[in-house]
Amino acid sequence: MAHADTAHGDHNHAPKGIGRWLFSTNHKDIGTMYLMISVISAIIGGSMSWLIRLELAEPGIQFIQDLHFYNVLVTAHALLMVFFVVMPALIGGFGNWMVPLMIGAPDMAFPRMNNISFWLLAAALVLMVMSTVIGEGVGTGWTLYPPLSTADYSPGPSVDFGILALHLAGASSILGAINLITTILNMRCTGMTLHKMPLFVWAMLITAFLLLLAIPVLAGALTMLLTDRNFGTTFFDPAGGGDPVLWQHLFWFFGHPEVYIMILPAFGIISQVVSTFSRKPVFGYLGMAYAMISIGVIGFGVWAHHMFSTGLGVDAKAYFVVATMVIAVPTGLKIFSWIATMWGGSIRFDTPMLWAMGFIALFVVGGVTGVVLANAGVDTAFHDTYYVVAHFHYVLSLGAVFAIFVGIYYWFGKMTGYKYSEKQGKTHFWLTFVGVNILFFPQHFLGLAGMPRRIPDYPDAFADWNMVSSIGAGITMISTFYFFYVMYCAFKAKVPCEANPWGDGADTLEWAVASPAPFHTHEVVPDIGTALPAE
Amino acid sequence: MGFMFKRLNVFASLGMITLLSGMQNAFADKPVPWQMKFQSAATPVMEKITSLHDLLLVIIVAITVFVLALLVYVAVRFNEKANPVPSKTAHNTLLEVVWTVIPIIILVIITVPSLKLLYFMDKTHNPEMTLKVTGHQWYWSYEYPDDGGFSFDSVLVDQEDLEKGQPRLLTVDEEVVLPINTDIRILLASDDVIHSWAVPSFGVKSDAVPGRANETWVRITHEGVYKGQCSEICGTNHGFMPVSVTAVSKEAYKAWVAQAQEKYADAGEGNIRIAKVIKTVQ
Repeated sequence: MAHADTAHGDHNHAPKGIGRWLFSTNHKDIGTMYLMISVISAIIGGSMSWLIRLELAEPGIQFIQDLHFYNVLVTAHALLMVFFVVMPALIGGFGNWMVPLMIGAPDMAFPRMNNISFWLLAAALVLMVMSTVIGEGVGTGWTLYPPLSTADYSPGPSVDFGILALHLAGASSILGAINLITTILNMRCTGMTLHKMPLFVWAMLITAFLLLLAIPVLAGALTMLLTDRNFGTTFFDPAGGGDPVLWQHLFWFFGHPEVYIMILPAFGIISQVVSTFSRKPVFGYLGMAYAMISIGVIGFGVWAHHMFSTGLGVDAKAYFVVATMVIAVPTGLKIFSWIATMWGGSIRFDTPMLWAMGFIALFVVGGVTGVVLANAGVDTAFHDTYYVVAHFHYVLSLGAVFAIFVGIYYWFGKMTGYKYSEKQGKTHFWLTFVGVNILFFPQHFLGLAGMPRRIPDYPDAFADWNMVSSIGAGITMISTFYFFYVMYCAFKAKVPCEANPWGDGADTLEWAVASPAPFHTHEVVPDIGTALPAE
Repeated sequence: MGFMFKRLNVFASLGMITLLSGMQNAFADKPVPWQMKFQSAATPVMEKITSLHDLLLVIIVAITVFVLALLVYVAVRFNEKANPVPSKTAHNTLLEVVWTVIPIIILVIITVPSLKLLYFMDKTHNPEMTLKVTGHQWYWSYEYPDDGGFSFDSVLVDQEDLEKGQPRLLTVDEEVVLPINTDIRILLASDDVIHSWAVPSFGVKSDAVPGRANETWVRITHEGVYKGQCSEICGTNHGFMPVSVTAVSKEAYKAWVAQAQEKYADAGEGNIRIAKVIKTVQ
């Protein structure tokens, strides 16, 4: 199955020059471009978060004199991180790169559609950046709640640019989702039944269905907002019979599945890595797969837990409390299954495994504060405070982003053909782990004490924990620069990576092809027979 | 870690004591430096929120410590050196049932008091008075429909105009005054965008949404001055529209109403408000 012949000129005829990238229909090249766009957006979005922490380091206004610009930073940071960093890296990047390799398919089902979904995202990023520099910028928070986002209170073209950016990013995601679903359902190699798919592929399949069902709802809501702003409709304007709360229902009907869209691929990556480095098959494989399905299904029925202070009826709130808590069960099952996978294993603590264990630890912290917030009564105290900020950064910034680093270190050799320095990778982990905890843990205390989010200045009593948090942001910033240095060193040293650097624990098909993966892989459909240990 | 937290707690309590000694009422009703917990409860609702949160905190800390301990244990016991040959166990039905059922039991333990609290805090069925709160970009206005319907605006006091002892960003020019030990219905509306009226010590946070009237309630148990801030992003000066409530005895409240009716006699006319709407919309 080792495709030694794929290095041969006949099979490896990658187009030359810029055309290779502009017109690419190759899942690996497109995956690489998705990862690049994610890195670019992360630099922009990350810089914004450092500006925010700089301003918040001390009470009073020090750096950002234009208070509207502070709101623009908060908004753009969130939109960039969600739509242009986490989603492109996990779904477009690793999904494109690894799904065909893992299921033994030669490429994605619709290669040309793959190209257009990437370039739609690139166009969306341009519009998104323009929305912050043309006009006054979008200062509504990423949730775009009307009436603040309507023409009366956010005049100028910025919000329209933001809406169009999200429309394009959404179209890109829908096309990508169709591609993933078709590929996974139709192009698995001989012998790979659904119940033998690697869990990363399961995660991508479920994520793609979530995208397909959730994004159109966002698109509808955005279109209504666009016509409210420009063509005199009143979907969200009570003066014309509309209702601002309708927006919140539509937005969160998309927005809550969106958080699972960001975390399910992360679950998939963690499952692969924990199994690889424990040198054991995943514990409770079927339970893991169906836990993700149930998270995806229930995830569509809990949206209003973002709206407990909006004025919902008490019975509706009671339903959303219970439904939200239910999600903790399959999520807990995943955590315990990862630990059970390690139990009895022979664990190697290479860089990806360190990051994966960091992910599990921090995701538990973010998960349990989620259970606290699910209680509508207690959420009355926490809604819109820094406790919520701490919660979603623990699951996203320390969850999803940690999983991106897991993926980068785990598949670095496969994607580039080079080895990074293990010592440097581990240093990067510890630096980040310490930095993000100092950054985000004190925000729980700020939330308990009552500090609201999205404010550029705060009462003096909040000063101390904010300073601690900003120091953590400084450490995290240093660790991010260090990450680029690690990458620089790896590309400079050019230490070649073998086909499978991780040993016999790495039993999925991407490790059966050379490193770097040749331009065309799996030209002959592999037959895994009964070899792949699953159920 | 625990030691450090204890020290910080002591530090926080010290800060609270210094603060209290400078005030007439025995209540920490605004945030203090290094605070790590809720502001003190001044209503039955906040008391119940605090006690449910105390339960939740014990549960989540126990779960987190348990999982972290397991992680450390597997890292020590099952690393490459300690356990060179991996087992091939990939199943254990009993274990999988246990770690599904135990979380369900824990969630039921949480849900029962949680729903009780939710229904308790929903509304007061026999309100003794009503306060109407309207959010504006960027200040609150208050109306007392049961006491002659006078109304007034409550605007942030700029830093340079603060008197000694007044906290920055939490001080307003006209305080809302409410009586203690009274079931007060609070109705919320908005003049422009969505705002959220929040007072941590009351356990109240309710959105002021244009086009609808939201309802919440308080029964304040202690006299004092209670601070809060707008809790829904509402534009440029979102961080600069605090809530400040002075709770006084019923007698003092009556006296305040008598003088307030005269002081705010001109305000509250319908046409003046409409003028305001046009001004903010322009």
